[in-house]
Amino acid sequence: MAQQSATPAATTAAPPSATPAGGTPVPLASIPPASAYAPPGAFPPEPLGFYTDTSVCIGCKACEVACKNWNGLSSRNGGVNTLSGDSYDNTRRLDGQHWRHVKFIEQFSEDRTNGRWLMMSDVCKHCVQAGCLEVCPTGAIMRTEYDTVVIQADVCNGCRDCIGACPFGVIDINPVNNTAMKCTLCYDRLHRGMEPACAQACPTASIQFGPIAELKQRAQARLEQLKSQPRPESRPEPRLYGADESFLGGLNAFYLLDDEPEVYGLPNHPALPSQHLPANVGLAAVGAVGVGLLGLLGLRKRRMDEFAAEARAEQISDRGATDPGMTLGSDEEAPHA
Amino acid sequence: MLELLAQAPSDTFFTHSPEWGWLIVFYFFLGGLAGGSAFLAGMLDLFGVAADRSMARVGYFIALVAIAISGPLLIIDLNRPERFWHMLIQSETGGLMVKWYSPISIGIWIVSLFALFVFLASLGALAELGKIPEASAALARGWLGKVIAAVCLILGLMLAGYTGGVLAATNRPLWADSPWIGLLFLLSGVSAGAAAMLIFGWGRTNAGSVAWIDRMDIWTILLELLVLIVIAATLGSLLGPLWGGVWGIVLVVGVVVIGALIPLLFYWRPRLVGRWSIPTAAALVLIGSFLLRAVIVLSSERI
Ligand code: SF4
Repeated sequence: MAQQSATPAATTAAPPSATPAGGTPVPLASIPPASAYAPPGAFPPEPLGFYTDTSVCIGCKACEVACKNWNGLSSRNGGVNTLSGDSYDNTRRLDGQHWRHVKFIEQFSEDRTNGRWLMMSDVCKHCVQAGCLEVCPTGAIMRTEYDTVVIQADVCNGCRDCIGACPFGVIDINPVNNTAMKCTLCYDRLHRGMEPACAQACPTASIQFGPIAELKQRAQARLEQLKSQPRPESRPEPRLYGADESFLGGLNAFYLLDDEPEVYGLPNHPALPSQHLPANVGLAAVGAVGVGLLGLLGLRKRRMDEFAAEARAEQISDRGATDPGMTLGSDEEAPHA
Repeated sequence: MLELLAQAPSDTFFTHSPEWGWLIVFYFFLGGLAGGSAFLAGMLDLFGVAADRSMARVGYFIALVAIAISGPLLIIDLNRPERFWHMLIQSETGGLMVKWYSPISIGIWIVSLFALFVFLASLGALAELGKIPEASAALARGWLGKVIAAVCLILGLMLAGYTGGVLAATNRPLWADSPWIGLLFLLSGVSAGAAAMLIFGWGRTNAGSVAWIDRMDIWTILLELLVLIVIAATLGSLLGPLWGGVWGIVLVVGVVVIGALIPLLFYWRPRLVGRWSIPTAAALVLIGSFLLRAVIVLSSERI
């Protein structure tokens, strides 16, 4: 199969090297590599991912079906059995029970005599710097030995922070187990040396699976091929999205697009949630100091006013003592003027 | 839908809403109020005079009640409430769960420690009032009382402000688009704390303390209005989608007019509606503070 080039690890996973007995300190070099812990037959631990070539997607949704099938996700669409009215897309979006979603973009003239379809099988991008993982307060979201991002359903408590943190709107709550869920890049299959179900099902090799370094080379070659073909002047150039490190350290599920990212519902400059924190925290900290100072000034002013009032009262009583008949003293007598 | 996204005014429009609804709005409001009142009580304890102690006690009691209500709100809002402890203890290893770069993780520790310290401060206050055995009064006196007051002051400010950080550390419209939300929540929390202290302490505590709290409320309301203007002025093309509809009306009528301008008028002219001007103003401030959280949270949620 052309798109499965990563090889199972049965032969490559080195066994742990012998450790010296008798309590002698273990030299670092003798600690077994991560691959030694992988189950037999698993892919060796290296960054794995998807390269999705949208230019050959035919919108068959085999990936959606294979994903649901393998991962035991409900195909009842959350009980929604109405048509969306949005082209051929009735699953509508990625969420807790749709881990693959084929988008249909219709670019047609008014009378539909002229135009084209764009189709794209969307999925979790397994970001190298993942916003979901960053904010997760329970540690439920982890990075695997394949540099992929997986949510542990038995740890997640459903705070939903990851949903708003993902720059691509990938995660949502799965109504069956009430925890946040998304694509795992078939972590269980990788441990058996099997490629993810969607990539295996894709009949046009639009979804390709393998080691990231190799996928990038393939994507680059395809991009050059497409660029060398004639295309209408008005049509934007094809491009790779997420294949370099220009945002989020790169995406382990990256795309070849035939138009601007926004056309496919992808943000132009996706950001890590923590990027927004320094300015926010800095301003709040300045505000906290400012409010504290205002409070201190207020208390000081109050004390000054009290002293002044006491002084005035003393002054009056002093005058009263000198001349019991007087209620107001003359200026010469004011001791603290 | 994809055609609409292609013209989105910000990358934050490509994301999904975490569906933080009214429970979270209530939590943000009560958490801010608790933090604000503990901060003000701590200020009075540390830098005020002996006569301020009665108002400080009111502040600690308000903070304790508010955090006791708001903590459970956070738990109920989880999709799996029985697993709330996963935020404090790693469910797999039993170790402490702390992630310094996750505002929710830090926030959970702020809330927990805050609850502990306002509880201690309230015990001291109750002992002073003779409601519980005298021994606990040590919590309100000497260096121990000062330490507890200082921790309440600092954690109070952090509690009032961290919720803005929780919203900022997302990729959602408004929350991630404006860096001013943390400061706005902090000011609004202190203002709400002051208002609650005025309602419960007015007529029962030292007039000097009431006057200082009243002043603090005026200052924080003015600053809050200023920050709101800055936010609105810097949102640019986001302003329409966010506040063009019903939430814009709630913001102007509920937060600015009812929750800020009318209270300012009442504070400025305390005899305007008779002797009830001050508590009325404070009640309006609380309404405004609640509506502010609703506008900030829910106007983004619907996108
Ligand atoms: S695409 Fe979203 S869900 Fe997937 S790893 Fe990145 S941030 Fe997490």
